[in-house]
Amino acid sequence: MSGSDAAARPDDASAPSSEVAGSDLLLSQVVREQSGRIVAALAGSLRSLDIAEEAVAEAVEEALRAWRKGGIPPNPGAWLMQAARHNALDRLRREKRYREKLAGMVPGIDSKSAEPEDAWSDPSGEVDDRLPLLFGCCHPALAPEAQLALTLRAVCGLTTAQIARATFSTEPATAQRIVRAKRKIGATGIPLRIPDATDRAERLDIVLTIVSVMYNEAHFVAGSDATADRDLADDAIWLAGVVAAALPREPEAHGLLALLLFHRARESARSVDGDLVLLVEQDRSRWDAALIARARVELERAARLRRPGRWQLQAAIAACHADAETAAATDWLQVLVLYDLLLGYDASPVVRLNRAVALDRVGAPAAALTEVDALKGELSQAHLWHAVRAHLLRRLGRDDEARAADLHALELTANDAERRLLAARTGR
Amino acid sequence: MKYVIMFTFDPELDAQVPADRMQGLYERAYQWYGENAAQIADGGAQLQPVETATTVKYGERGSVVVDGPFSEAREVVGGFSVIDVPDMDAAIALVRKWPFLELPGWGVEIRPILTSGSQSEE
Repeated sequence: MSGSDAAARPDDASAPSSEVAGSDLLLSQVVREQSGRIVAALAGSLRSLDIAEEAVAEAVEEALRAWRKGGIPPNPGAWLMQAARHNALDRLRREKRYREKLAGMVPGIDSKSAEPEDAWSDPSGEVDDRLPLLFGCCHPALAPEAQLALTLRAVCGLTTAQIARATFSTEPATAQRIVRAKRKIGATGIPLRIPDATDRAERLDIVLTIVSVMYNEAHFVAGSDATADRDLADDAIWLAGVVAAALPREPEAHGLLALLLFHRARESARSVDGDLVLLVEQDRSRWDAALIARARVELERAARLRRPGRWQLQAAIAACHADAETAAATDWLQVLVLYDLLLGYDASPVVRLNRAVALDRVGAPAAALTEVDALKGELSQAHLWHAVRAHLLRRLGRDDEARAADLHALELTANDAERRLLAARTGR
Repeated sequence: MKYVIMFTFDPELDAQVPADRMQGLYERAYQWYGENAAQIADGGAQLQPVETATTVKYGERGSVVVDGPFSEAREVVGGFSVIDVPDMDAAIALVRKWPFLELPGWGVEIRPILTSGSQSEE
């Protein structure tokens, strides 16, 4: 927008674009802090996640528009709550009319089942009521992509457009996915509740997996650079923090938070001018010491609870890298031992691939290649498998095969920054 | 909430299970019904083998009668029951104790029953 346009329409947001981006980031943080609580409170009193979530999503869209113009109000939570209540009331009135119409045609439909005036209750509970909501959104009866989309919307307050961008999807498909997930929660009686002790570990692991997927998606948006969509990574760390604070006796929650903080600390070294830099080649002076310190605190908290798990072990591996002042100083034997322990919890192909990398670093590239080749059936469509294989083949002096593997990797990656890294290697 | 639970299995895999093991599982399944009687609204039925299935399906010139089950899948429905439990988590917890889930090929599908207060339409 040019300066004269802005002057002609003083109501419009006319701040320079960098400031708008900055305030948008602040807006989304405020929304994130508030919207999950409001969804949880409304869903509890209305007994309908569907209506609660729609009402809050609408309020968030309204808030983003209004606050961009007029600034953030002194009590943004109350503002959002009021707007969401208003929207929910509208929806209930519409639904009530609909139910009454239906009741006229079908006997047995109770038109009083959704009385809005009875539905409100005081939402000011001290417990973090986002946790039951989060466990409901990450219920195993929902498909993983539905868990992710619904969590981003209901718990983190992302708009449908933001979720679509973050999850390689279109807006209509994302909206559809969220609607279906909410309907399934309503129709099948999926409770918004922290699960009983018997299921707790299993269900918490699903939640932590979704948070980790959220963090990773931030780095792998197709057609974008490595620095794009940073706030989704930030959302993931924030959510991991919410879970760890609400469940202080769950070591894996602290483990995941530690892991994400270690990764976040490497962010500015990992991506330079939009290009990816491999871990061993990163300028470690650019690692964020404050984030590493926070990560260590979380990892120690987890360790004191003396119940190891896959997130803690991955964080411990990240800690090994953080301990090493240079890549050459890395204690790869320790890393390998940790990967061996990790296999006991998570023998997934990606963990085995990473273990093979450590195996190479302790001086066994041939054994590492054997391991990697054994994963062909499971990972041959993953660019990372070809990239690791190329590296090992090169170490073993099999340069022609290495080049072919790099080319395969290049064909399979959809991320611009990774493409450039691989293209530089293959000389394309 | 009321749910229909449908027991599905792969007859070819079940045929490989030794008779005494099968017998033991049937006994435990019987116990399962006894122990969970309070949550079982309707015992439902165990069905005759899938070879006895006949399906009437849509045809362009009117419905047609064909031999066999509705689905081409290897797994077939072996029976169903109706349970009445507070929510989906309770339904899953109950179903998880179903003894035959120790056998490969077995599954239990959980489907809420449509009631007048259901939210499935709109």
